[in-house]
Amino acid sequence: MENLLTRHRNVTILVVVLFAEVVGLAVQVKRTADTDSSRLIRVWTVTTISPFEKAFVAVQESISDTWHNYFYLRGLRSQNRKLQEEIEQLRLQQVRLAEDAGQARRLQRLLGFKEQFIAHTLAAQVIGSSGSDMSRVVYIDKGAGDGVLQDMPVITADGVVGKILRVFPTSYQVLLINDPSSGVGAILENSRLQGVIKGTANGELVLEKMMSDERVEAGDQLLTSGGDQIFPKGLPIGTVKKVSPGKDVFLNVQVKPAAELSRLEEVLVITQVVQRQATAQEAQTSVRAVDILASRLPSVPDNPRLPSTGVPLPVGVNPPAAKTAGTKPSPGAKPGAPGTAALAGSTAKPHAKSGPAAEAQVTGGAVKVLAPKPKATNSTAHTPASASGGFAGVPAASAVKKPRPAKPAAAPAVPGAAIPATQKAPVAKPEVGSGATDSATPAPKAQKPPTGVAQNPPTATPPAEPQP
Amino acid sequence: MNVSYTSREQIEVYRFSLPTAILIPLLALFLQAFLPLRLHFFEIFDLPLLVTIFMAVSRRNPATGLLTGSVIGLLQDSLTHQPIGIYGIAKTVVGYGASSLGVKLDVENSGSRFLLVFGFYLVHQVIYLVVARGMVGQDLAWRWGHMAFAAFCNAALAVPLFMVLDHFKQRG
Repeated sequence: MENLLTRHRNVTILVVVLFAEVVGLAVQVKRTADTDSSRLIRVWTVTTISPFEKAFVAVQESISDTWHNYFYLRGLRSQNRKLQEEIEQLRLQQVRLAEDAGQARRLQRLLGFKEQFIAHTLAAQVIGSSGSDMSRVVYIDKGAGDGVLQDMPVITADGVVGKILRVFPTSYQVLLINDPSSGVGAILENSRLQGVIKGTANGELVLEKMMSDERVEAGDQLLTSGGDQIFPKGLPIGTVKKVSPGKDVFLNVQVKPAAELSRLEEVLVITQVVQRQATAQEAQTSVRAVDILASRLPSVPDNPRLPSTGVPLPVGVNPPAAKTAGTKPSPGAKPGAPGTAALAGSTAKPHAKSGPAAEAQVTGGAVKVLAPKPKATNSTAHTPASASGGFAGVPAASAVKKPRPAKPAAAPAVPGAAIPATQKAPVAKPEVGSGATDSATPAPKAQKPPTGVAQNPPTATPPAEPQP
Repeated sequence: MNVSYTSREQIEVYRFSLPTAILIPLLALFLQAFLPLRLHFFEIFDLPLLVTIFMAVSRRNPATGLLTGSVIGLLQDSLTHQPIGIYGIAKTVVGYGASSLGVKLDVENSGSRFLLVFGFYLVHQVIYLVVARGMVGQDLAWRWGHMAFAAFCNAALAVPLFMVLDHFKQRG
């Protein structure tokens, strides 16, 4: 026997090694649901590889940044001009959406609906992949200690990317939605039909569980349904690419992912989702297009405003925040930037400390602030759903809307000219030096800004950084 | 009777220094994990497999070849989300086969290297699919066209790559 083993030493070793590997594999397959029995070797490998990947990504980024920020600046002026125009268009569009959102919130409140808000996200960079087309996972450059847990959703500004599968000391493993073992609850945006998005072996997405008698057309948008308890409702998944008859009674629906899954660079991990009912206050705040334009373009004349009573306010009642007489914006404040407070009808100094006294001085006044779109590349971004591309059914404007601009104390004194619902200034203490109490409608209580809005009270506090 | 298609002079046994034997597979794994993110077409290549074949045919020792393949395969498995061992089993067999064949064939010229890699890539994929479908229960499709194309691409890459790696060989 010993002689036989010696003569066939290589074959014996092969058999032993293969046997060990098969047994190890069988153990893992059996234990997959219980414990991760192969964690040690994964941690070793990933911990060895990921520092090099991080270093390479950092070098690549710095070279790319240097090139694009200092050398390759061709066409930047024209691009800048186009972007400025686009911003103007988007601002107008944002106001329109805010109106719709406010209406939707009111209806949701009436019906007792609960909304999901993306309360907290973590920005991360993709540093590596599995290197195999049989396993569609990527690694991101954040590791244990960054507060990310298994099964947390990963998105980009375009749409859903995947979910956190494993947590390592120096990185996270993200399972992409186009992996065959992945599954996302989906809903068609128009027809509201629900199905399951699965990955295929060749890295494509298919929508399963769609009956052949259901109407699905190419070009239909797919959103997360929230039914998988992982992805918040309303995140874009992709677009229906092709529909054909499938097996049995189901349709074969191919989907083009919204996010570029093969060219991922930066992603957001949703670390906190808040579920709550829309409040009445949220539904009552809105901004008109003219207000935004007025704050940005001093030459635009003030327009009369129709209050809730239907009586237009006199011109000048709601002066543009940027050109309010007698008040200088605080140093460092930019037009339309967060924290740009124009205090009308108040004697408050721009840098007065916040507190009861300061609040009293600005009674009747309000602050109009336009928050910028939050940067997705922040290492830690408190991103409301809407700020991440209008996700989760939250209106996009809610994230960039701030309390209303200041109103002069005399404004509500016009007979019948109550503060309209859309103008309810967040008055902190109406009894102090304000004409608000003279108005037909009592001054409202201090109004809580909507979710995603910087919680700056309309006081003469120094300009605060926005909390996107 | 042993049949060999190489002369005694052609059967050169090489070895690799310890740092080379460790760093080359690690570099292959790193590039395999990193490059497909930037160059999407690179996903079709399997650098760890090419390194396994190169080391196996250079050493011409089946035991060393299969162990090399096993270690590289298991490390490659650990970067995926699947159970560890699928690549391990496939590369163990390839390592054993390549080193056994290396004793009998001239594996120094480009043509034989091309054919060797082409054949072993197919063997590797077949074993992978059999294990993944049979043991792990994955729903993987047999894509013969894609497999043949990938084998061709890997074989084409292997020729220049092996020329570069030849510089790290030491006579045993």
